Amino acid sequence: MKKHPPHLAHRILLQFLREDLAEDVSGDLEEKYYEYLKTKTPLRAKLGYWYEVLHYLRPFAIKKLKRTTPNVMYRSYFKSAFRNLKRSKLLASINIAGLSVGMAVALAIGLWIYDELTFDKGHRHHDRIAQVIQNVTNNGEVQTWTAIPWPLADELRKNYGSDFEQVVLTTSSYPHLLTTENKKLTKTGMFSEPGFNELFSINVIKGSAKGMNDPSSMLLSASAAKAYFGDEDPINQVLKLDDQYTAKVAGVYNDFPFNSTFAGTDFLASWEMLHNDVRGMEDPWRPNAFFLYVRLTDQADFKSTSLRIKDAKLKRVNEQLAKKKPALFLHPMDQWHLYSEFQNGHNIGGRIRYVWLFGIIGLFVLLMACINFMNLTTARSEQRAKEVGIRKTIGSLRSQLIAQFFCESTLVALFSLVLSLLLVRLALPFFNQITDKQIVMPLTSPVFWGIALGFSFLTGTICGSYPALYLSSIQPGKALKGSYRSGRSAGLSRKALVVLQFTISVILIVGTVTVFQQVRFAQARPIGYNRNALITSPVVNKSIHEHFNAFRSELEKTGAIVSMAEAGAAPTQGEGSSSGFDWRGKDPNLSIDFNFFGASAGYGKTVGWEVKAGRDFSADIVSDSGAVILNESAVSYMGLKEPVGETIRWWGHPQIVIGVIRDIIFNSPYEPVRPSVYFMRRDPGNVIVMRLNPEKGPIEAIASIEKIFKQYIPDEPFTYQFTDTEYARKFGNEDRIGKLAAVFTLLAIVISCLGIFALSSFEAEQRTKEIGIRKVLGASVFGLWKMLSGNFVLLAMISCLVAVPVAYLGLNSWLTNFNYRTAFPWWTFGVASAATLLITLFTVSYHTLHAANSKPAQSLRAE
Amino acid sequence: MIETRLGDFEEVILLLTGILGEGAYAFYMAKEFELQTGRNISIGAVHSALERLEEKGFLRSSMGNATKERGGRRKRIFTITALGKRILKESRDFKVALWQQYPGLALH
Repeated sequence: MKKHPPHLAHRILLQFLREDLAEDVSGDLEEKYYEYLKTKTPLRAKLGYWYEVLHYLRPFAIKKLKRTTPNVMYRSYFKSAFRNLKRSKLLASINIAGLSVGMAVALAIGLWIYDELTFDKGHRHHDRIAQVIQNVTNNGEVQTWTAIPWPLADELRKNYGSDFEQVVLTTSSYPHLLTTENKKLTKTGMFSEPGFNELFSINVIKGSAKGMNDPSSMLLSASAAKAYFGDEDPINQVLKLDDQYTAKVAGVYNDFPFNSTFAGTDFLASWEMLHNDVRGMEDPWRPNAFFLYVRLTDQADFKSTSLRIKDAKLKRVNEQLAKKKPALFLHPMDQWHLYSEFQNGHNIGGRIRYVWLFGIIGLFVLLMACINFMNLTTARSEQRAKEVGIRKTIGSLRSQLIAQFFCESTLVALFSLVLSLLLVRLALPFFNQITDKQIVMPLTSPVFWGIALGFSFLTGTICGSYPALYLSSIQPGKALKGSYRSGRSAGLSRKALVVLQFTISVILIVGTVTVFQQVRFAQARPIGYNRNALITSPVVNKSIHEHFNAFRSELEKTGAIVSMAEAGAAPTQGEGSSSGFDWRGKDPNLSIDFNFFGASAGYGKTVGWEVKAGRDFSADIVSDSGAVILNESAVSYMGLKEPVGETIRWWGHPQIVIGVIRDIIFNSPYEPVRPSVYFMRRDPGNVIVMRLNPEKGPIEAIASIEKIFKQYIPDEPFTYQFTDTEYARKFGNEDRIGKLAAVFTLLAIVISCLGIFALSSFEAEQRTKEIGIRKVLGASVFGLWKMLSGNFVLLAMISCLVAVPVAYLGLNSWLTNFNYRTAFPWWTFGVASAATLLITLFTVSYHTLHAANSKPAQSLRAE
Repeated sequence: MIETRLGDFEEVILLLTGILGEGAYAFYMAKEFELQTGRNISIGAVHSALERLEEKGFLRSSMGNATKERGGRRKRIFTITALGKRILKESRDFKVALWQQYPGLALH
């Protein structure tokens, strides 16, 4: 049996070979093949043939690529594309609308992602800056603390200084009272060692930062300077901080950008001011309450420097604290915003997962819009068949037709781009509000326009690819005869695309509902106290403290408040934690942190905590100054059977337990409550907590409070926060995610609806004759409606089936991030599926009913 | 002194065309080249040189017989032109003249 030379190689040869050489070259090569066969194995012969083919890839032998479409043709293509759009206005507008929505969503998400990714990158040395943080083994697990003891700054400078360009210690940033003679405002800021402005490349626009060494100097942000001094020169003006420190303004700096970790920092006071206070500390290495920022030299790198400084703290702490095995390491600035979650001492990401999530959602929504476009364009193939047939008959090459259809889709994409830019511009303020950002569209940036245009071209190409290839393959003979019917494979792929759209919609619906469920579940968690009509004020003043009882009774008399107390921190926050607790039966090697919280006697009554055993504090009982109240978690942790009356020790000092309260949630509502100890304090504390009279309106009540407040403290503003708003803010992140997801889900559903709306219209159109005949033969409207809609409903059901496992996997893994989470809401699948089916039916019925109602006489007349 | 306008490989191909006389086509010439020089050569390389020589006017090509081994396709036969013969002669004369001047290699 004669063997032939390899077909594939021959075909490839003919593809690239110049046409006039085709005959003799293939002949020569075939001869060579048979020659090989005489002396070699068939395999070697085949390889030899391939070798010869490949060696014909020479300049002289290769076909010249002809320009099949002269440039002038494009003008004609765009003209006919434009006319086509005008001719089928409904289809065109649905296409443009759907694509604009998809592009707008992608654009908005793109801007959001850009903002997230460029967070903190406004500082010039951002890639060399890091925060020094520590891993400690506490309560049996490895925790990551961002705060460190203040002597660490000097320690790093002295013994590890070769790796660091700069080392700057700061306190945490929180609101302080900052007053001049005429203005009393609360501004956020921190105490810092000199060099902060250099480290973070902050421009000092007035004065100089050299003054930071001086304990009586401070720097103000430009907006703060304006708020206090208007247009006057702020330099050397005097301000009072927290009623404790006096400082003069040494310099003014430009405000931190909005997408920076330090956004809103309005002042930087000198560390030296605080240093005197902390210098006298008993064990300065004990309190972890400060932040340390460093900048590496060019030679150093994060990993090796982290290893070097790992035991810097361990070496200097006492035995008790060393049990916690503190290990220092560097957290690079580029990771602060998106990768700041730690588990067991390892960085497990953080907000980056939301960046991924929204990126994927954006792509999906855009994909759905593209799918729509593809579906609608190919569905019209029967109407365009004649046009394609004529064009081919006149002499169009397939490649030219493809170019034409790409022009059409690009035109639609360009229109959609314009519309989508408009949509984003309109929606931006609303979007900014939900996401808590200040995103602007960089309309002046050429890079932005380049990306936008490129993106629109890309979308046009993607959308147009399938229709272009499909439509250009229509055979002119059949088309012109009128017997062209869209192939089975086309209908199938269209159906597949619709299923994909529905699946994405169902997943999004389930996802949104789950997020909201989780948020609501956590919000509904019993908080342990009553947070309605509760306010906290950070204004603490000697004169109020000394006349506390008088102040309180005056306020109560006006009917503004029901009760009030002084506390170490707001009820939504813990005051601090300590490992110095000892109790009967405690394992001496165990080092565990309990939370502690100190407040005046009336605190429990004011916040409404629930005493489950024993009693509350009382100002009248003198011994209560050495008494403590435990929460339930503390009791169960300590394993105390009869907690009331037990004595526990706090750094050796005996405290008697007088009561047990129900767990109060503070800090994260998703975490279990930590064991806590409450004690009574006689000093002013840090905040005043007041329960407003529910019978008086809050605005009235606050006005009354302010009036009396002014009598005691005439020259300080009364600031306050509502506890329920503060608490709600803890859910801010998830709440935001939920809102965004809801918006995008809605948009995705809208796009899907647009798609099946148009598809059902074409389907009905295509089958008008069939419907007419069925009616004549006696079909009922209902029966026809069922028949026409049934297709789509089936598709919707298939997508629900596909969506269930996918949604389950994704959402379950998100939920496991929360310690305290809702059960997986299986019922949402039912709801989402039902919703999708109903929406489908509703959308489709519009056309199917219309078709079912048509007069057979008219539809059959069309021939 | 006349410079050659012929590369080394081209010269060999041109000579082979003359040697093979009737029926010089790419496949045959590649086979002959391998026989004469012992070097493996692909048909494409030979064909490329043949095209170049044709362009320069040293060869003329015409379509020849079809055979069964070629699947019924015709061959492209190359024949040397008068110009080609002359250029070969010039090249030989030039080289010989140079060699004659070199004492060690001169033919006596």
